[in-house]
Amino acid sequence: MGDDAQGRPLGVVVGGSLTQGVEVRLDSGASVEDLKVGTFVTIQGARHRFMGVVTDIALDSADPRIKHTPPPAGNSFIAQVVSGTVAYGAITVSPHVTLPAALGDDDPPLAAKTIPSHFSRAYTASQRDVEVVFGKEDERHFWIGNPLDMETKVCLDMDELVKRSIGVFGKTGTGKTFLTRLLLVGILQRGRASSIIFDMHSEYGWSGQDTDRSRQVKGLKQLFPAQVSTFTLDEASSRRRGSQVDEVLRIGYQEVEPEDVQMLRETLNLSEVAASAAFNLEREFGQGKWLLGFLALQDRAAVHDLAEKVQVNPQALLSLYNRLDGLRRYGFLVEQAGPDAAAQIIQHAEKGRHVVLEFGRYGNDPTAYVLVSNLLSRRIHQRYVALKEEAEGGGGREPRPLVLVIEEAHKFLSPAIASQTIFGTIARELRKYNVTLMVIDQRPSGIDPEVLSQLGTRLTCQLENERDIDAVLAGAPGGRQLRSVLSRLESRQQALLFGHALPMPVVVRTREYGSDQSYTQLGRRLGVGARRPGLPGGTEIETAEARLEREIKDLF
Amino acid sequence: MARVGEVTQTASTGFTVQCYKLYAAPALGALVRAGGTPASGDSGIGGLAAGSSPNPLIPAGHGQQQGFTGTVVYGVVCRVSTEPLDPGRPVLARGESAATEEELYRSNPQLERLLTSRFEVLIIGHQDAEGSRPFLPPLPPRVHSFVYGCNPEEVAQCTARLDFLHLLLGPGLIAADEVVGACLRGAAQAHSDPDQFLLRAGRALAGELAQDLPRLNAILHRVAPW
Repeated sequence: MGDDAQGRPLGVVVGGSLTQGVEVRLDSGASVEDLKVGTFVTIQGARHRFMGVVTDIALDSADPRIKHTPPPAGNSFIAQVVSGTVAYGAITVSPHVTLPAALGDDDPPLAAKTIPSHFSRAYTASQRDVEVVFGKEDERHFWIGNPLDMETKVCLDMDELVKRSIGVFGKTGTGKTFLTRLLLVGILQRGRASSIIFDMHSEYGWSGQDTDRSRQVKGLKQLFPAQVSTFTLDEASSRRRGSQVDEVLRIGYQEVEPEDVQMLRETLNLSEVAASAAFNLEREFGQGKWLLGFLALQDRAAVHDLAEKVQVNPQALLSLYNRLDGLRRYGFLVEQAGPDAAAQIIQHAEKGRHVVLEFGRYGNDPTAYVLVSNLLSRRIHQRYVALKEEAEGGGGREPRPLVLVIEEAHKFLSPAIASQTIFGTIARELRKYNVTLMVIDQRPSGIDPEVLSQLGTRLTCQLENERDIDAVLAGAPGGRQLRSVLSRLESRQQALLFGHALPMPVVVRTREYGSDQSYTQLGRRLGVGARRPGLPGGTEIETAEARLEREIKDLF
Repeated sequence: MARVGEVTQTASTGFTVQCYKLYAAPALGALVRAGGTPASGDSGIGGLAAGSSPNPLIPAGHGQQQGFTGTVVYGVVCRVSTEPLDPGRPVLARGESAATEEELYRSNPQLERLLTSRFEVLIIGHQDAEGSRPFLPPLPPRVHSFVYGCNPEEVAQCTARLDFLHLLLGPGLIAADEVVGACLRGAAQAHSDPDQFLLRAGRALAGELAQDLPRLNAILHRVAPW
């Protein structure tokens, strides 16, 4: 690909539509084999310059008879003459943005609302075009990867990213975790928002595994020791992994609320009646006391008596008892927890720190993961609603934007329960209360479509299941064309990104994470709060020691 | 380049030329030039002295090619014939006793006068005061216009643009495919990179005949350089 203002000429626009994409007939010099689905193309229209991506590649001919009488095999002259003239390559380009008329103009690229006129010339996009569209890495933009076959950086607008919920999808082993790590580093670097990460497999906090290369990669705590607090539910596991843990989290039985039981319906295999019995129990025992009171019952007879008292089907209550009794095996659930677990986490988040909650051995237990993340998120959300309302009433400052990161999101956001859970609420309420979600999942089809439609930015690695692909692309402009791009992603290090944080959909080779050089680049802080004397623009690389020293100085 | 004959019949799309010498017609597909006035006496009839006086009936032009003024018409030889001058006197076989054809002609010197070679030319463009134009001139060359073969430079210049193929491929021309083939083969030799020229010409033909693949194939087979 060229570095010139204009890329390599490809062909001319011969037809198409805004919904189906623009058809470009390739010149005889341009081979279909040099183009890929997802390649960026610029089209010089009469008044606008358009940029789009190749969504389909085809072989066409002016005379259908060529299929029946192809040029003789031995005659390369005839083959050469015919290809590109009678038989030609054609591509479909989906135009996404219009570029400033003249290079160097400061106008931002706008979403394309029309298409180039007939016979406009199409070119491969130059590095400069891509830079104009995806911006340069700066305080607001975070470099997430590179377009295929190009060295230009694709940058996400981090302000836009955290304003709405984010979805990271892809089947196992396609690089979801690495992509998420990069996003979290981006949020950390820019300092625009705090994040709370429900780290199911303990791979974001201290260190994670790069199974492809059989090596350990640094987690957020190692890169940003001063900004990241790690909590653990399983102290022993964290200690074994050498993870530096700031706090061990304990949750009191009194903190579990009937809404949490609703969330556990699927993992505990509870009927609707059984799950809603928890509300009756709360009425009976009182808020904060119901679970302990319920589990204190000694035998079946006691449960039957209680069922009669609270007017619940005894079988349903018994099954609820049996399932909830299983919660006793969780070491993090204690009768008398110290300070409120959620409050501790909120305290850290309000200070602008990023909290990673490691689940240790409980990560493999969906019930524990759902219970804890739901319980904490609900409390966090309540706190943020209060803070926001105070701020609106003039009684406080606006709460700092918060991103809640959840894995296996379909367990929280399945159509059956999304409307009742806090995550469904957060996803729908959007940024009203400055809390947004980052959902990470390998089965997006299991997530409530209403929630999916609220995701502002979607980043998806390879997906194979048709339903998953449909789910991810639902509601995305040009979804049909993106489908062909998405279904052809490679299984590693490639992702299709689209949504609010980007001017147009793009396939990227995700940025490298794991080498010393990548740590140096990723470990620096830019953006809000990072500008200090001696750090012009926050772009200088700051060592961990220097940062620690500076933070101590700032504190006192 | 040598003068080969004179226009004896003329029409908007082409003209017929009678050669000065028997069998001296240019090859099928060759490029010829008619009309225009030589600015200098540099041309002759197959080596004979040429008339160099300017013709007052031909409008004067400027910036012309090869020292010619006025409208110069270019065409491609599309049919060559040799026939008796007098249609009422059919040609008779005479060589029964002759050992070779050359001997036959030597022993019948009158044949040079009784027979004549003619060729038909399809006009492919012209050059006027404004420059070279790849389409038919407003008027064809006059009867008795001198006709010259084109030298390689003229051929290269006239065939640089391939618009003439459209005129050649038009209806009405018998064996048009042969003429196109012969013309392109000959023109290629005048270009610095013949293969490249043929490829370019082939693509232009493909554009013209995109809907007629068998015909395109037939012509390409005639011009294929490799």
